[in-house]
Amino acid sequence: MPQMNMVQAINDALRFEMRKDPRVVLMGEDVGKVGGVFRVTQGLFDEFGDDRVIDTPLSEGGIIGTAIGMALYGLVPVPEIQFGDFIFPAYDQIVSELAKYRYRSGGEFSAKLVIRTPVGGGIRGGHYHSQSPEAQFIHVAGLKVVCPATPADAKGLLLASIRDPDPVLFFEPKRVYRAAKGEVPEGDFVVPLGKANVVKQGGDVTLVAWGAMLYEALDAAQKAAEKGIDCEVVDLRTLWPLDIDTIVQSVKKTGRVVVVHEAPKSCGLGSEIVALINEKAFLHLEAPPKRVTGFDTPFPYTLENEYLPLSHRILPAVVETAQY
Amino acid sequence: MTDHERHLGLYRQMQLIRRFEEEAARAYAQGKIGGFLHLYIGQEAIAVGAVAALSASDYVLTTYRDHGLALARGMSPRTAMSELFGKATGCSQGLGGSMHFFDVEHNMLGGYGIVGGHLPIAAGTAFASKYRGDGRVSVVFFGEGAASIGDCHEAMALSALWKLPVIFVCENNQYAMGTPLTRTLANDDVTARAAGYGMASDRFVCENVHQVMEHFDLAIKRARELSEPTLMEIRTYRHRGHSMSDPGKYRTAEEVEEHKRRDPLVVSRTALEKAGLGDKLTELDASVETEVQDAIKFADDSPEPGPELLAATTYKGAFAR
Repeated sequence: MPQMNMVQAINDALRFEMRKDPRVVLMGEDVGKVGGVFRVTQGLFDEFGDDRVIDTPLSEGGIIGTAIGMALYGLVPVPEIQFGDFIFPAYDQIVSELAKYRYRSGGEFSAKLVIRTPVGGGIRGGHYHSQSPEAQFIHVAGLKVVCPATPADAKGLLLASIRDPDPVLFFEPKRVYRAAKGEVPEGDFVVPLGKANVVKQGGDVTLVAWGAMLYEALDAAQKAAEKGIDCEVVDLRTLWPLDIDTIVQSVKKTGRVVVVHEAPKSCGLGSEIVALINEKAFLHLEAPPKRVTGFDTPFPYTLENEYLPLSHRILPAVVETAQY
Repeated sequence: MTDHERHLGLYRQMQLIRRFEEEAARAYAQGKIGGFLHLYIGQEAIAVGAVAALSASDYVLTTYRDHGLALARGMSPRTAMSELFGKATGCSQGLGGSMHFFDVEHNMLGGYGIVGGHLPIAAGTAFASKYRGDGRVSVVFFGEGAASIGDCHEAMALSALWKLPVIFVCENNQYAMGTPLTRTLANDDVTARAAGYGMASDRFVCENVHQVMEHFDLAIKRARELSEPTLMEIRTYRHRGHSMSDPGKYRTAEEVEEHKRRDPLVVSRTALEKAGLGDKLTELDASVETEVQDAIKFADDSPEPGPELLAATTYKGAFAR
């Protein structure tokens, strides 16, 4: 199998699906000739032309609104929002329109499209280029939210998202766009939505993470092992619908859980995960569930490594949970 | 003040911005500045000419390409460089960085990293000025890339409707990041929209700083005396890429060189040399150099902000965790 980084894997998935399905079109700011600000769509303009790889003006509401219309007429648009932080001008379109078509048509109709956008910190982008807005979309019924951590999952989950009957927000962790490398299956390869992945087995503490923070959780797990604490690490992969069964199964085994995410703590996805664990595995818990997250502040330019839930912040939480 | 003295002052401001940003680019390459850095090199005459025509109490807002306007407005190079370095002595205590300068003292109400998001805010400051009758004018700068953003339309529609003392300045540097305007605008005359809103307009190619001042004089008079908005489009050119990570390969070397020959900073320098002020220019350049090097040293020596700043800058009172 070829080695790829995440950018190459996403590009490979887009190219594969565009060759296979003429309904698939890409659109966004700089996605055409330039190949995207992170070069994710590089080369696709040359292969598929400007009617399938569409440079748009800077108009997020217009991009998503137009994509919705295209989807309603049978195309499968994969719009790119240049940074996750720029998605909010389109929030009205996504929340008020995109998420509602299936409902308002009594289940007959859906605006099926995939919004790709890079999220998360790690490039010192400050408060407009670093956020992780998953909870703001999970809270809107009708949307699916995906966030891969590895190149193979990025390809498999993206192909699954494009073929999914519902609208999907595909969040790409830009911190590991090029840092995450690995083997990626050639050709058609699907990783089903809604299935978490237990990437490391362990019996003492369950660590739940996704995207770029998976690597921090794995690093903390390795350091915890040196202290005699055996962590199980769950990569969520699809954030919504949530694979709570896999999490609960793990927590029933360990009795202890730490949830890690970049977004602010309050009302983050970690809040929902902990609430569900309490509902479904309360009597199995040996310690209060913990969350290691971003702060309830804007994403800072200078203090990025304080704000992000990196390994140095995860490890003490793991130790405290294990020793509770 | 003689015309020459005034021109020397404008030249010094442009040269300060140019040298400040060249050194910022070097510091970025050295890893002292993280994240993003968008240089204004080539466009300095616009911020400097506009500010020269404005009063200190007028409001200015701009894009993430904000160092030039901040310096023209009077932010010290020390404060500006410290913000780029993420130091506690920066204009936002190092919490904002390059794209998010803010300077209440000089009525520079921010550089904005969400393209077009700041246009309605300028309509708001202009509304407040009109409501209070304080005679202040608001000037908001944006790129032609922002011209397709919904907020741009809404801000102009409301400002024309309410006759607000605001000047919308499209600094059309002809590239929305890497995409030329021929691929983003069906009508490349941004001011053509003014008629639709019922707003005055002005459109010109930036040749020199005096010309910019003269155009602003008219728009400012319209805003201050008649409380009417203006949509201005100034054709300009950035010599560097969109940001430090952009090598700018979508433009030919010939195109860039052609624009560098018409660089308004060079135009000023040549005119002043012809006027026999070469010695004075050498003196000014030396003083700019000292000021920029001092700013670098000051930023280098300044402390980083501590995490305790985060909660304190999020809510008034202890709430954030």
